[in-house]
Amino acid sequence: MIYLPILFPLAMAAVTFASTSNRWRPWLLPLGAIGHLGLVLAIVCQPADRGPVSGLGGWLLLDPLGKVILGFLSVLFFLCSLYAPGYLALRADRPNRVFCTNLFGSLATMTLVTLSHHLGLMWVAMEATTLVSAPSIYFNHSARSLEATWKYLLVGSVGISLALLGSLFLAYSALKSGLDTTLLFDQLIKDAPHLSPPWLHAAFALLFVGYGTKMGLAPMHTWKPDAYGEAPGIVGTLLAAGVTSCAFLAVLRVYQICRAGTEAEFAREIMISMGLLSMAVAAVFMVRQRDFKRMLAYSSIEHMGILVLGVGIGGMAVYGALLHLINNGLTKGVLFLSAGNIHRAYGSKLTDDVRGALQRVPLSGALFLVGYLAIAGSPPFGPFVSEFTIVSAAIDSGQFLAGGLFLLFLGVVFIGMGATVLAVVLGNPSKKIKPTAFHDNVSTGGPILLFVALVLVLGLFIPAPLESLLGEAAAQLGLSR
Amino acid sequence: MVQIFDVLIILVVALNFVALGVSRIRGVINAVALQGVLLGTFPLFVHSQIGRRVILLIVVTIVLKGRVIPVFLVQAMREANIRHQVKPVVSFVSSLLLGAVGTGLAMMFSHTLPLTKEHSDMLLVPASLSTVWTGFLMLTSRREAIMQVLGFLLLENGILLFGLLLLEAMPFLVEAGVLLDLFTGVFVMGIIIHHINREFDSISTEHLSKLKE
Repeated sequence: MIYLPILFPLAMAAVTFASTSNRWRPWLLPLGAIGHLGLVLAIVCQPADRGPVSGLGGWLLLDPLGKVILGFLSVLFFLCSLYAPGYLALRADRPNRVFCTNLFGSLATMTLVTLSHHLGLMWVAMEATTLVSAPSIYFNHSARSLEATWKYLLVGSVGISLALLGSLFLAYSALKSGLDTTLLFDQLIKDAPHLSPPWLHAAFALLFVGYGTKMGLAPMHTWKPDAYGEAPGIVGTLLAAGVTSCAFLAVLRVYQICRAGTEAEFAREIMISMGLLSMAVAAVFMVRQRDFKRMLAYSSIEHMGILVLGVGIGGMAVYGALLHLINNGLTKGVLFLSAGNIHRAYGSKLTDDVRGALQRVPLSGALFLVGYLAIAGSPPFGPFVSEFTIVSAAIDSGQFLAGGLFLLFLGVVFIGMGATVLAVVLGNPSKKIKPTAFHDNVSTGGPILLFVALVLVLGLFIPAPLESLLGEAAAQLGLSR
Repeated sequence: MVQIFDVLIILVVALNFVALGVSRIRGVINAVALQGVLLGTFPLFVHSQIGRRVILLIVVTIVLKGRVIPVFLVQAMREANIRHQVKPVVSFVSSLLLGAVGTGLAMMFSHTLPLTKEHSDMLLVPASLSTVWTGFLMLTSRREAIMQVLGFLLLENGILLFGLLLLEAMPFLVEAGVLLDLFTGVFVMGIIIHHINREFDSISTEHLSKLKE
């Protein structure tokens, strides 16, 4: 059972690669996405009395934390896949065989990350995710997208290497203490109090920097504005919401071990400071940002900072961070896809050229504005709830400095991002820019509306099954209820 | 046996300095390749029982690092018409100094990490950290795409050096490290196919106009 969500997308990738029609191939994406969603629902909802879903002698295991992220990924991929045929029809001049195949490949490798219960296997899966997602950034085949892909791969490979060194350090901490050298997470958490502290200390630092690079935390974020700026909107969504969530999961797995061992305080301090640093860097670069797709990349850096900050603060903020992972990811779908539409409509992504999007493409312009309001934390959208949970947990536990800086950076981002977004959507379209043939329609607007609907629902109420699942996952990270 | 091993480890660290100080790219490729071959033989010294699995690892490492990748890199240089001299951002002398400082710090830092009894007199940990540091130095202080790939290879070599300590206990993790070479393969393919041969700092289209297909 546990193998199917990995093998099915791989099979779909093979079918996609074999299909010869550039026109009909993109329709395989929603088809495969529905299949994946069904398989994921089947294993996530499997009743607990049938025992845990596992495979490969325990190397694969679905725990609550994995369930949250796998479920989210599957929904995310499904909504993105609905957007793909409409988008690729606009780019009919480009061959999309490699692009579509790689999207399925990314889905398979991301699924493998969420199911991995072994330090080494998770590392292999993360490396595969990096390699498979790179060609999609290069979809436009321009010099700039080549540069972005190169940076993504180079910085990503360094991050992956450091994560491997960290994994080796962690393994050595077990060896040094004369423990059974297994790398299964359950066993490592159980052994954690006995792991050699200096090695565990160094291992956490390396693993955090390594997987933090994949998440795009500052100061390891340099690849992000380029990659997200040049990649098509749909790839931007999958990177900013999917791949980063997988990297965050890897960070959480390592944090679980540190928390059970001697390095809990150290890990929390690092997460709080790096989280705040990421928010600060993002805030600085978002002010007066002229390229609205790069702006979204900085927004992603900010929200990755919020995620690790929430986990570092602890208590209810852990719950808030997991909820924020979902809220941020879905809102990023709204933003990246609508920004992609606006980019298509103007043939530019600079605020010098792009004005009056509400007149030129009313639906996409409005959705971009709604996405901004949601991501900036305005009620009644989902991110407001999760950000509020994090800040109130910080204040309840007396971490006023972290809470205060968190609010300050949110405020700066609200204003900085607002200036760019309003410049794009308001005003009159410039006469100098020749409009392209793009117009809003169901295929490119509908999926974004679905994203907005989910963000809105999560802002108004959290369905009971999701809430209990999030609670169980947060309990794995130290939230006692 | 132990003495030979120590000499070889010192040779590996010395090759780091060669890679930093040589001005011809071919020279750097050769230094990194030789380092890879030396690394490939190391399992013979750390593993008490040489089984089929270890021999396979030795052969794969030597063939990949000593033969396949260097040949691939030289071919990339020819195909992409890369100039033969390194133009470093940080001068050669400063690079060497930074390398020396890093190696000294690696020595000091590795003393804070307790080793098990059978590893306690090995130089592997400082050599590994020093090689990782050299890799980073090269990644950040050299502009040419090919030199960055070589920096990444050094980083990889450093990680493999550390992995040797775990070869007996956790072979899977060490073998998985060989997968890092996939990145190298992709990088070199990128250079060959797309002629990425200049620095990527400037987005000015003037610099990138030749990159069109």
